[in-house]
Amino acid sequence: MSGNHHHHEEDFIFKYIFSQDHKMIAKQFLITGGLMGFVGIIMSVIFRLQLGWQGEPFPFLESFMGDWAPNGVLDPDKYLALVTLHGTIMVFFLLTAGLSGTFSNLLIPLQIGARDMASGFLNMLSYWFFFMSSMVMISSIFVEGGPASAGWTIYPPLSALPQAIPGSGLGMTLWLTSMALFIVGSLLGSLNYIVTIMNLRTKGMSMTRMPLTIWAFLITAILGVLSFPVLLSAALLLIFDRSFGTSFYLSDIFIGGKVLEYDGGSPILFEHLFWFLGHPEVYIILLPALGLSSEIISTNSRKPIFGYRAMIGSMLAIALLSFLVWGHHMFVTGMNPFLGAVFTFTTLLVAIPSAVKVFNYLTTLWKGNIVYTPAMLFSIGLVSTFITGGLTGIILGDSALDINVHDTYFVVGHFHIVMGLSAAFGMIAGVYHWFPKMFGRMMNNKLGYAHFWTTIVSAYGVFFPMHFLGLAGIPRRYYTNSNFPLFDDFIDMNQMISVFAILAFLAQLIFAYNFFYSIFKGQRAPQNPWRSNTLDWTTPVEHLHGNWPGEIPEVHRWPYDYSKPGAEEDFIPQTVPLAEGEFDEGHTEDEH
Amino acid sequence: MMTFLTIVAVFLVLFVIGQVLGVFELSAKLRGRNVYDVTEKESKVQSVMMLVFLAAYFTFILWQVNKWGGSTLPVPASLHGVTTDTLLSITWWIIIPMFVLTHILLFYFAFKYVYNKNRRAEYFAHSNKLELIWTAVPTIVLTILILYGLNTWNSITTPLTDDVDHIKMELYAKQFDWTARYSGADNKLGSADVHLIDATNPVGLDVRDENGNDDIIVKGEFHLPVNVPVQFNFRSQDVIHSAYMPHFRAQMNCVPGMTTKFKFTPTITTAEMKQITKNPDFNYVLLCNKICGAAHYNMQMAIIVESQEDFDKWLAGQKPFKAEEAPAMEVEKTVVEDTAVEAVEQVEADKAEI
Repeated sequence: MSGNHHHHEEDFIFKYIFSQDHKMIAKQFLITGGLMGFVGIIMSVIFRLQLGWQGEPFPFLESFMGDWAPNGVLDPDKYLALVTLHGTIMVFFLLTAGLSGTFSNLLIPLQIGARDMASGFLNMLSYWFFFMSSMVMISSIFVEGGPASAGWTIYPPLSALPQAIPGSGLGMTLWLTSMALFIVGSLLGSLNYIVTIMNLRTKGMSMTRMPLTIWAFLITAILGVLSFPVLLSAALLLIFDRSFGTSFYLSDIFIGGKVLEYDGGSPILFEHLFWFLGHPEVYIILLPALGLSSEIISTNSRKPIFGYRAMIGSMLAIALLSFLVWGHHMFVTGMNPFLGAVFTFTTLLVAIPSAVKVFNYLTTLWKGNIVYTPAMLFSIGLVSTFITGGLTGIILGDSALDINVHDTYFVVGHFHIVMGLSAAFGMIAGVYHWFPKMFGRMMNNKLGYAHFWTTIVSAYGVFFPMHFLGLAGIPRRYYTNSNFPLFDDFIDMNQMISVFAILAFLAQLIFAYNFFYSIFKGQRAPQNPWRSNTLDWTTPVEHLHGNWPGEIPEVHRWPYDYSKPGAEEDFIPQTVPLAEGEFDEGHTEDEH
Repeated sequence: MMTFLTIVAVFLVLFVIGQVLGVFELSAKLRGRNVYDVTEKESKVQSVMMLVFLAAYFTFILWQVNKWGGSTLPVPASLHGVTTDTLLSITWWIIIPMFVLTHILLFYFAFKYVYNKNRRAEYFAHSNKLELIWTAVPTIVLTILILYGLNTWNSITTPLTDDVDHIKMELYAKQFDWTARYSGADNKLGSADVHLIDATNPVGLDVRDENGNDDIIVKGEFHLPVNVPVQFNFRSQDVIHSAYMPHFRAQMNCVPGMTTKFKFTPTITTAEMKQITKNPDFNYVLLCNKICGAAHYNMQMAIIVESQEDFDKWLAGQKPFKAEEAPAMEVEKTVVEDTAVEAVEQVEADKAEI
């Protein structure tokens, strides 16, 4: 333990493990989230082997999965377990904690000009709750009956009754425990982000001078604080039903040859509670990615982000609407048709702010001077996936059309592209862009280019064809399609998808290699490698507790003064005072 | 052994990449340039890749449409399905041009405005006029889509009233099979309760309710007369299932503890559809579309759409619930048990096949 007389010295445990420094916590989130993501991707490769070559043995599976894959063929129950955990891990552990946890922690203090988060201790707790939650989720793989297998949406009664599926025993208990811990961690983090952004901005950093990253993190944190507690209560009620015999979600069930005691509950109640989080969750995942890419696209186009205020407005509109659209996941649950009509209306409205964002991205690129860093490539990839996946949302959000594609592969294609790929691309772009800030070294560009092109090609190769599967009426979560002659036309497509899935996985190995290699062997980073305006690049390359060695810099302008006429360089950092008579796009009325 | 060799091979490849990178960096240092600065040439190469990707992406999509476009669902076999498909076509006609336009703009800009040190980006921070355009245009287009969509939705979801001639029936779900119940001559479904389920009463019909006496329970396949509206009730006895009949553009969840409803009018007989699809083995199918357990992928029931006469003939051959005494029930029981056992056996068989 370090004594008071040399309190700048930190021993290993407090520097690397129980750190309260936001930069270290960001790295902890990134590495933990990344490792969880790795597990999630491997799971998808395993079930893609089954879907591509249905029923064919892969003996190496048995060598490490044992009775999950007797004779090398995945067991149907375990197939559902893998699908469930893949969804849970990717949505929550990689793209919520891994994405938001990493970049909110890293960038909020650095970009608003704060020495650290409002509460370093809560921040540390937030990581350790996330870590415990990850461990509980991973441990559920090894328990009797297997992990949760009712799909990542864990609809009861399937998730409530071990008689219905073996994964609904101890595995589901651990899933619920893990998510409860996860939500606590997420809430601690989100509250901290909000308080920090509202209170700790440096002099001159008005709300309209904040980078769009910070706006995205702020809105994301608010969404999280408002919606995650609802999932927690949904999970608690499910725990009551499972363990204490209450009937919140269960009624009139005859299974295993007898009638269960449950009476008067409704599984639909669970769906409402779940999606009240579940839909905002989509934007909890997506908004940080949009924020990161806005920053990266502007910096590397050497051009202001087009329509800064419209970008903020559209994020706020998306956030508001995200609380009013959850019912579009439930069009075919038999809910009142009028309610369905209202949800159709609100859902399709989301297309308007989304369209604004897309056109603003396009206009930002127009007449830019684009430097192709790997981060820029992934950001452009994000715009492409956001468009491709977003447009099919117009079909799914229309209740009359949803009836026939609901729960088919059309949905799987849609959300993997618009949410999965967009958020993953945003996150990867963020890692490439802020790697120098995190580790003081640069990543290798050549490998970054190879990573991007293999990833985008294989990702579209996996998810685009799925639209055709859905339009042919093939349901998701089928262990095999071979029991329906109707689906025989798609045998070769399923193989192609699986081949692309394996390629996509291999492409991520390039990234992992580049990442770990560069931490130790990468070129030393200059202070401001991308010639960027934001405050994060005014901190020294070597990390300091407190971020700036002297005074916290003062901010004089918005963050997007790239290629401003009259300026010598093509960027003007936020710390540079306005010239006489110079107009600042980030001005607010009261500053006149 | 193979596993071990694979691991060794992967490590070797990683090692080689590492060495190559090391050499590359060293030689770059010798030449005196920082490898990590993105050079104009590198940016230029990436910008050309953008155009190549655009072409490849569009080609890939066209190739897929050509290869698999014909394997998607055939013409809708229900009255409302025609409206649904028209709405879907209209939506595609809005989506596809938007997709093509925005992708061309995205990748063309990405190609054209690549870094050039002699040029400067245009400082263009906002334009109220442009932003108004791309807020207003999507709003108008979506208003049209919403109105059309809601109109369709309302006509699909309005239940049939008794002044319209129609059939009432129930689809009953459990792990992992379907049971169909016709309301019989009185066109009224008898009430049911989960507590009454036993081997001879698979859907828990209440014998005290006379409406149920003439109900007809069938397994394996169910028949529908063409051009007669059908009002379906859906129930489940264990977990949530979803009754999905893709050819009729129909789907409704089956939720334990409640009854859900959907109606449609089949318009194309199975025989006609065999001709349309040029597939003599074609059959309409009811499948489960909500994850329900291990044999979810094999929970199905065939649907036969035929003329009214054929349907009447078929239905007359089925036994009403309370027509005969116990011996008949015994027959029923074995049929019921068989189908459920079959589904589970299928899982076992799939496992054993290996």
